[in-house]
Amino acid sequence: MDKLSNLIKNRKIAKSYNGVFLALIGLIILFSFLSPHFLQTNNLLTILAQVSIIAILAYGMTFVLMIGEIDLSVGSIVALCGIVLGVMLSSGQSAFVSIVIVLVVGALAGLLNGMISAKFRIPTFIVTVATMGIFRGIGYAITDARPIQIDNPFILYLGNGKIFDLIPVPVVIVLLLLIIAHVVLSKTKFGRQAKIVGGNRVAAEYVGINIKRLQMKIFMITGLAAAVSSILLSARLYSAQPNVAVGYELDAIAATVLGGTSLSGGYGTVIGTFIGALIMGVINNGMNLIGMPYFYQQIVKGLIIIIAVYIDVRNKERLLAK
Amino acid sequence: MTDTILKMKGIKKVFPGVVALSGVDLELEKGQVLALLGENGAGKSTLMKILSGSYKPDGGEIFIKGKKVEIKNVNDAKELGISIIYQELSLCPNLTVAENIYAFQEPTRFGLIDDRKMISMTQALFDELEIDIDPKAVVKDLSISNQQMVEIAKALSTKPDIIIMDEPTSALSSKETEKLFKIISKYKSEGTAMVYISHRMEEIFAITDIIMVLRDGQYIGTVETALTTSEELIKMMVGREMDQVYPHKDFSYTKDEKLFEIKNYTKNKFFYDINLYVRPGEILGLYGLMGSGRTEIAKGIFGILKKDSGEMCLHGKPVKVNDPYSAIENNIAFVTEDRKHEGLVLTAGVYENITMANLSSLLTKFRLLDTQKEINITEKQIDDLRIKTPSFKQTVNKLSGGNQQKIVLAKWFETEPEVLILDEPTRGIDVGAKYEIYKLMIDLARKGVGIIIISSDLPEILNVSDRLLVINKKRIIAELDPKSTTQEEIMTHIIGRGDQFGQAKQSDKE
Repeated sequence: MDKLSNLIKNRKIAKSYNGVFLALIGLIILFSFLSPHFLQTNNLLTILAQVSIIAILAYGMTFVLMIGEIDLSVGSIVALCGIVLGVMLSSGQSAFVSIVIVLVVGALAGLLNGMISAKFRIPTFIVTVATMGIFRGIGYAITDARPIQIDNPFILYLGNGKIFDLIPVPVVIVLLLLIIAHVVLSKTKFGRQAKIVGGNRVAAEYVGINIKRLQMKIFMITGLAAAVSSILLSARLYSAQPNVAVGYELDAIAATVLGGTSLSGGYGTVIGTFIGALIMGVINNGMNLIGMPYFYQQIVKGLIIIIAVYIDVRNKERLLAK
Repeated sequence: MTDTILKMKGIKKVFPGVVALSGVDLELEKGQVLALLGENGAGKSTLMKILSGSYKPDGGEIFIKGKKVEIKNVNDAKELGISIIYQELSLCPNLTVAENIYAFQEPTRFGLIDDRKMISMTQALFDELEIDIDPKAVVKDLSISNQQMVEIAKALSTKPDIIIMDEPTSALSSKETEKLFKIISKYKSEGTAMVYISHRMEEIFAITDIIMVLRDGQYIGTVETALTTSEELIKMMVGREMDQVYPHKDFSYTKDEKLFEIKNYTKNKFFYDINLYVRPGEILGLYGLMGSGRTEIAKGIFGILKKDSGEMCLHGKPVKVNDPYSAIENNIAFVTEDRKHEGLVLTAGVYENITMANLSSLLTKFRLLDTQKEINITEKQIDDLRIKTPSFKQTVNKLSGGNQQKIVLAKWFETEPEVLILDEPTRGIDVGAKYEIYKLMIDLARKGVGIIIISSDLPEILNVSDRLLVINKKRIIAELDPKSTTQEEIMTHIIGRGDQFGQAKQSDKE
């Protein structure tokens, strides 16, 4: 009997996103009663497409939070990468070359965050607050604060196209990346090392894990995620602008924490993060459908973040209670 | 029977999945010192946490001076005159000694904290206890043993009727332990009752009046200290006859060659001129007091502390170890002293802790972790080391100290080390688990592994090591044969002859 109850408890910890999943189902049921349009296939696919940008950022954020660090610069990296995309395309580069360069710029921006923090021993919170301004500033400097029009058909297809005239391309991308990120976090040595570092830095160092290098790689991942998001966002906006994606980092963090990843590191799942992003998307969409004014939506989102962090704190306490 | 100050009757406590206490009784008289004895997980700490208000019992009654009481929180306990000294330090490291001692009961003047009065009160308390620590010192600047003394003084500052001490000496040097014993007998003669939890038999025999034994949450019995023997107590604790505390090692090494050697290892301020070697199958003991540099030497070998100079050889060939990664590459393993902070990921499962030093061996050809292999490895270690856990996924913070230590051992066994360094591997672990850990060491030695064990437990180091080095003031000061040397001889080496106190004090400060 003891063994059985312990086993059940273990499964709960391993699948900490069970609770969030139930919350998502609950919200879907709630909004389907409140609005007749909510539960239509088209609307649901729209929600998925809308959350794709935040969800991809949140995948990257899951890795960062996993090692107990934070990245506040991802919104600015999205803006900078969008500008780079716009500049590349308007200077006549092909979509393929432009995408590669954008991914490299995103990865380098992330690497820079990780390197500054590791080399100068500055907390990532401070480093990324600083680079948040720097990256966006570079974006403004390049464009002189003017938007760049995006008209490359392939890029536009990535953000707005539909497969079989039904499934938005961003949905396919976000699901593909979900699988990749999930496998990397839960099934590779790299992902396991991230979990160990987040759980106990000293123990991680003593089993020979190079924490600085791992941290740099992880910030590269968030940079890459931001680069991918920037392509989708630019396509959806048909333009690259330095003032986009402000505050996206906080939405990404909220989605990640909602999904059960600990702010202090050590545990979390990409699937949970995806569900967290969906919850935010469902709430956004649902509130729009029932015609809730924008300001109230802000209040509701704020409350959700508080609830998410409260759940995190309570889970941690329960996990550590003897 | 008017002297009975505390009576606990039928105390029950259930945690999800475990019955921690099933109807335990305890009776304590004025001026009596009771030893609470039992293996880890027997329920000692749980019982004391109920008494001090940290836990709520699920059943049973508590009487203080014959009156039934309900202890709902730590403040209730304080008001009833119960004070507890925790095994793990509970001081605020950034505050001064005086601020810590009078935390939440600061003397005030016009509503503000009266610093001067607080310091003089602390000084008065220290004078009474004969403790030589500056009340104005910041706690984090004190040595661990001095911090523990502050912790003890803090518990006594409320003038309690009942004092609970949970392994108070595990962080104390022998000098401070003596001081503590003096304090105990002084309070005892003034009528204070005490509950003393310790795994150290010598201490229990030295200062307690009666001994109560718990096993698996059940009351086993109470005996008078003067009328019992450690054999009888071990039998009560373990529930079976343990003919010996230390298993027999019938060889001193498997090959007469130097498997591992360091020459002239020096790291300024941490250790100087360390020369040592170990043969295959040999257990080399390093004995030193807290602050002697023993742990730093081990960290130097493992590349955690970067050496300033010196050489390392494996199989006679020079090797470079600059960090833990290269140490592991060279088949060196290091079981650290502080398993919770340096060895385990408490929020992770048993399997994640066991495989964390050897993840590369789990990779499939697609560079993914082989989950089935990981489970198999974990299940095998759980069987081999007899780790008591409900499942391989269990988060390790819920396991007892002995089982946690076995997980740390399993983690390093998985790396198949040639040289295994163990720093205080049996601290805070019960007799049964200790025996098993010694046996695992011997089994490994039989396979030709060279073992270096660091310990401040003299009987342990004398019984398990084949050769013994004594460390003091960051240097090796003697090599002794554990078969022929005595505890007195070792202590003489450390304290030196003549001005014993002058030297001891100096080494304390370093």
